[in-house]
Amino acid sequence: MLSLYLFYFLSAVALISALMVLLSKKPIHSVLYLTLTFFTLAGHYILLNAQFLAVVHIIVYAGAIMVLFLFTVMLLNLNLEGEFQKSTLMKLVAALSGGLLFLVLIGTLKSFDVGTLSEHPELTQIGLVKNLGKTLYSDYLLPFELSSILFLAAMVGAVMLGKKDKN
Amino acid sequence: METTIAQIQTIPLQYYILFCSALFSIGVIGVLAKRNALVIFMSVELMLNSANLLLTAFSAYRNDPAGQIFVFFIMVVAAAEVAIGLALLVVVYRSTHTIDINALNRLKW
Repeated sequence: MLSLYLFYFLSAVALISALMVLLSKKPIHSVLYLTLTFFTLAGHYILLNAQFLAVVHIIVYAGAIMVLFLFTVMLLNLNLEGEFQKSTLMKLVAALSGGLLFLVLIGTLKSFDVGTLSEHPELTQIGLVKNLGKTLYSDYLLPFELSSILFLAAMVGAVMLGKKDKN
Repeated sequence: METTIAQIQTIPLQYYILFCSALFSIGVIGVLAKRNALVIFMSVELMLNSANLLLTAFSAYRNDPAGQIFVFFIMVVAAAEVAIGLALLVVVYRSTHTIDINALNRLKW
């Protein structure tokens, strides 16, 4: 029973803070609400017993990505209130099309057969570091190494882009 | 142990589908309705995260670790994407002194 209540609570907080990301006028408030969303999602991962993913999620999103966003807001001094907004009509159309997309997603996903499900997903052991590491370093070793090359390329690219032009 | 298993009520997989669809739709609305490039980036992150959570839920319910490995790789790509994207944003701000995406229509010429 407790896990169900936790699920409701985390989902409600996540959805409200995700909406607040869009509704808040200042970019810095959006960033902080996004951080709250990320923490609730980490709670969802723990609820699914995906402990490794929960920790990685907090380290990567709350630790790295949020700091990048906050630094960008601070360095560019972007924290101006409602400087440029789309017209009300455009916002209405965007909300309408997003809502329609939501309906379509629900309509297609609610009826399809997911096959055999485990009885107690919150007791599954696959999310633990030991089991996930075994799979990662045996079946998915090549993608893992390739992702390090991707990181190197991203790092070099970000430094090159961020460097000041000489001329 | 048996009693704890009996006490835990399983969350239906449909709930996760519902929640992740809602989160994804909020992300789509953000991309469509905002002109601030930074907020659009955040909306993209929301969409990535909803997909991640659904992958994790399916992987837990199917007892298949491949889904969670995939989520791990998505997080890797998302981190690289944010680093490059924000660097591009800084470059754009330096040349146009705004991060309004409507100012970028001059890329057409």
